[in-house]
Amino acid sequence: MSVFPRVIPVLLVSDGYLVKPVRFKGEQYIGDPINAVRIFNEKQVDELIICDIDATVKGAGVNYTLIEEIASEAFMPVGYGGGVASAAEARRITGIGIEKVVIGTAALTRPETITEVSEELGASSTVVSVDARHRLVGGWDTLVARGRKKTGLSPAEAARRAQELGAGEIMVSSIDRESTSSGYDLPLIESVISAVTVPVIALGGAGRFEDFIPALSAGASAVAAGSLFVLNGKHRAVLISYPTPMQVRSLAGN
Amino acid sequence: MSVSLVDYGLGNLGSVVSMFKRAGAQTRMVSIPEEVLASDRVLLPGIGAFDEGMARLRDRALIEPLREFAATGKPLLGICLGMQLLLESSEEGEAAGLGLIPGRSVRFSEGDGIRVPHMGWNLLEPTRADPLVEGLPEESRFYFVHSYHVVPKRTEDALAMTEYGGRFVSMVRSGSVAGAQFHPEKSHAFGLTILRNFAAA
Repeated sequence: MSVFPRVIPVLLVSDGYLVKPVRFKGEQYIGDPINAVRIFNEKQVDELIICDIDATVKGAGVNYTLIEEIASEAFMPVGYGGGVASAAEARRITGIGIEKVVIGTAALTRPETITEVSEELGASSTVVSVDARHRLVGGWDTLVARGRKKTGLSPAEAARRAQELGAGEIMVSSIDRESTSSGYDLPLIESVISAVTVPVIALGGAGRFEDFIPALSAGASAVAAGSLFVLNGKHRAVLISYPTPMQVRSLAGN
Repeated sequence: MSVSLVDYGLGNLGSVVSMFKRAGAQTRMVSIPEEVLASDRVLLPGIGAFDEGMARLRDRALIEPLREFAATGKPLLGICLGMQLLLESSEEGEAAGLGLIPGRSVRFSEGDGIRVPHMGWNLLEPTRADPLVEGLPEESRFYFVHSYHVVPKRTEDALAMTEYGGRFVSMVRSGSVAGAQFHPEKSHAFGLTILRNFAAA
């Protein structure tokens, strides 16, 4: 085990602004992403993941200007997701100063993208995002394009296949729990953790720092959240918060 | 004096430049042999696979200049893959490394709660006092992302150790040649201290 579990804010960007959707829909405006990165810097955040939710859905492609601004302000590891569909794009992103590339839609619609990116950057920099939604009959569907398209794979199958193709990390996200503050979908996370040997990031549903504990106990290498770090209270006022190193450590039980 | 960053198409140079700027140090990119040889101190970054790293250095005819630079006794620091390239070889590939420090890189063994890559924040235990680690607070944490770690042949070349399913060498030093497995440019104030120390060396 790493001494410190990683606690990762996931920031969603739309039209160049930080936004926060609920269950993958609707968007609350949060603010300027660069300002948020500066605040997270001061709080010595473990890692940041920034996803441009327009890149694939609106076909806007990778927003290099935004990435450049973020990279020059971030003194912590940063992952970028949104519209990454080739090794050349991934290389350009890491060349700017981003450590990891998150592959979402392309990982399922053109799986060889994972292998190409992994061969170019190394598995450690290749994160595959698996977005899951509960099926009425039980289990989960893996969806792409911000929850718009089904893939026919379970999250465990999608994760296993991603690892076989070269992913060095899997980010599993519960669509049902996003921005609900109802805690992680632990059975979902466990199903993915047991399907792979690479590190798994849990996302979707964390409403308080205590929610990290069961996900970490289940074997997640990192716990991620959106709303928890950028919104406060039932009126969802914008407030950037992050646990102190002492709090993170006590969550890890050491 | 400025820090020369080797630009061979395999590294997070943007972040390294930003962190040196924050440390108050000047940087410049070097990508041809003459620039490497004219440098005061050289930082070799790197993300990715061992053979790819050596191939890119070879394509740019930088292997011999880096060896020559190291022989002058001026400071050379490799970070992440750049550290692994300082040694002779790696389990990850077939290529010969720069061979500036005897030893090679091996892969972490999976199992027992050990997931590979070793990814995340971990502690550094320096084995001795050294200008590079001067001023680090106790319990300094650094960001690691790697599947392979170095095993120097001489124990005295290990400058710092880190625990991950056993202790591994997380910093090396042999004379003026040093390496750090973690990413100082992504390790907040702790990494800043190391890069500032290197810029002042």
